[in-house]
Order: sequence, then structure tokens, then C-alpha cells
Amino acid sequence: MKIKVWGCRGSLPTPGPENTIYGGNTSCIQVTHGETCIILDGGSGILRLGKYLNPNVKEIHVLFSHLHLDHTMGLGFFTPLYNPSIKVHFYGPSTSNEPLVNRLRRYFSPPLFPVRLSELPRHPIIHELNNCQFSIGEVQVNSEYVCHPGATLGYRLTAGNSVFAYISDHELQMGSSNFPNEPEWTNGYEIAKSADLLFHDAAYTSKEYMTKIGWGHSSVRDAIAFGKMCKVKRLALFHHEPTRSDEQLEQMLKKSTQNLKLDFEVELCAEGMVYELE
Amino acid sequence: MPSQPLELILARQFGDSLSMPCFLVDPDGNLLFYNEAAESIFGLRFGETGGMRVEEWATVFTPSDANGNALVPEDLPLVKTISTGNPAFGTFFINSLTGERIQITVSSFPIMGRSNRLLGSMAMFWKTKEI
Ligand SMILES: [Zn+2]
Ligand SMILES: [Zn+2]
Repeated sequence: MKIKVWGCRGSLPTPGPENTIYGGNTSCIQVTHGETCIILDGGSGILRLGKYLNPNVKEIHVLFSHLHLDHTMGLGFFTPLYNPSIKVHFYGPSTSNEPLVNRLRRYFSPPLFPVRLSELPRHPIIHELNNCQFSIGEVQVNSEYVCHPGATLGYRLTAGNSVFAYISDHELQMGSSNFPNEPEWTNGYEIAKSADLLFHDAAYTSKEYMTKIGWGHSSVRDAIAFGKMCKVKRLALFHHEPTRSDEQLEQMLKKSTQNLKLDFEVELCAEGMVYELE
Repeated sequence: MPSQPLELILARQFGDSLSMPCFLVDPDGNLLFYNEAAESIFGLRFGETGGMRVEEWATVFTPSDANGNALVPEDLPLVKTISTGNPAFGTFFINSLTGERIQITVSSFPIMGRSNRLLGSMAMFWKTKEI
């Protein structure tokens, strides 16, 4: 599996000279395995993904963690949607009442966006997910609801022996009875356990988190504690705060990891980064 | 042991933060959690007993009616909720593990999670009178 980061910023795109290392585009990850093309989230990073997509790709699977704007805002500018020879699938969290297609239509409608979903040359195929398991090509996908306002999914992608886990927006302390001590009672554990690579929400410093409890995001310290509990091999901190510069992000990581003895790699997710899992 | 679905974790968090006694069971009726307020009625600590199967918890407190006749598990509100998926309500007597006979009133309801999945049931109860 090849994993490429097209956007890892949280909440709002933040272009600017102070964000050249970690990037300013919001959530968008491309996962390629053989012929299979999977995209996690349609944040502003999906524009460049579409622009540089291999022209031989004829089928694309877009998995939304949830429909907050930072995870959907790039969709209207994703050129494969306007190419009738490309089949696009949309997967997203099921809620109890409103179908996923209706929730997606809110974005694809004036005044938010001029083009309606029904006006695309080829209507995307919609798949509603809850806690489930299915396959896309050779990739096995497991989805599970995670703790974040509104229906939100974490994804576990398995190809051969390699596992990539993606939990972009997740409040660990809220979704756990005794964090970080009981895997059975920690939301997201099944998605992340023993993953070769985990992308996890790490929006806040521990101090910031104390004033943002219930907002649906985690601190860097909690993300690291979760990575440790799940025995992941590598953790990339995700959903960087839009107000944070490259320098501040690096300071935050340094401060959060000092005095910690870790037996796995922890790093800041950066736009443009590519991971190869064998 | 696979981890619990988000809705049950949140239900446990909710129960844990209440001063009203509460019970949380999975769809098969296995007791997953009871809170501190429930511990004080039963005289049992969750940390010591851990989870229990429905046959255990439905009989360990020797539930009985006002005349002292033993109730079968199927008469208990939470057991009704587990088997029918509907809310239930009832008043009966139990023996706490300290030997005290107490009257409790129970309201139980199913936990239907996102996407209409039945994930378990929860019961809240109140100590109505001591004999
Ligand atoms: Zn987000
Ligand atoms: Zn969000």
C-alpha cells in the first residue's frame, strides 16, 4: 500500500509562508494498492490529487470520515467527478435518519456550490457505512464509529500483511472509560491496534485540550498514549490546528515527547509525504 | 476481548457520572458495567465482580414480589428489554448482598445506536423503600 498525504490540516485551509513544511490543505489521503485507488476524505487537498491523478485510473473510491466542511470542501473541485469515463464511489457514515446522499447534496447545491450532484456527468455511487468490513479490490476496509460530533468513522485498511489506520477527528478522552488503560473500553482501538501506520487527530496541546473538552479532538499527548496502547509501529499526528505554524508544530511535538520513552515512531504528518507499507 | 462500540462506551461514561444507580448490559444481557450508586445498593463493587452473565445477575439479588414470591428473570424489566427490545418498568424487592431487603423501581430501555443497531440495554433504578 502506498499512502500519500495531500492534506493534513484541520478545520480550515491555511496557505502561507509559515506553513510550507506541513502544508495548509485540509484532510485528503490517497491510498494506492495495485490498481486500487482509495481516497480518504475530500478536503481541499483533493484538488491537487485530482490534478496529478494517474490518467489510467478509471475507478475511484472516496471514503469520508465524516461530512464536516474541512473533509468535504474540495469535492466540487475534484476533476474526475466531471469525467464520465471515471466511476467514483462515495462512502460515508450512516446516520439513523437522513440518507448519506441527502447530506452530500447539501454541499452540492446553491448557494454553497453551483453544481448539483445530479448534474454531474456520472452520478457517484453512494455506500453507507457503519461498523462494518468490506473489500475494495485487494484492500480490506474496516470502518467503525468514533467519538466526534456528528456521525464519524475511523478506517482500517489492510492489504496483505500491512495495516494503515486513519482516525482524523477523534476525542480520545471522551470516548474512553479509563483512558489510556482499557483497550476494551477505548473507542478506536479495533481500528488502530497493531497498525503499521496510524494517522490520528492531535489538534491540541494538553493545556489547550482542557478548555476544549467536547469539541471532538485530542491532544498530542493523548494521541501518543493511544498509539502506545494500540502498539502501532508508526504514528503520524494529524489535523493540525490552522493557527499553528511549522515552527509551532515542531515545538509542540518536541514538548509533548520529551521525557517519553517510546518504542514506536512519532512524527508530524506533512503534506506531500509518502509512505510505502509492504 | 474486542473493544465495545462507541455508544456503549458513552453509555458507560454517562452512567459513571450519575448519582442514580444504573446497569449496562450487552445485547445478550451480559452485565458490562454498574456504577458506584448501584454498588452502594447491592453492596458489591464492580471492580471486584466484573461482568456477570444474565443468569447470574438476575438471580444473585433474589428478586421477589411484595408477597415474597421469587420472581423469574423474565419478570425483570431489564430482562424484558433485552428479550423484546422495548422499554420496561417495574417495582420489586431484592436482597442486597449485605442481606438487606429493599424495594427498587427500575426503568430500562434499549440502546439503539447509529444506523439503528441494537447494541445493548441500560437500566436506571431507584431505591423506593426499606423494610
Ligand atoms: Zn476535521
Ligand atoms: Zn470534524
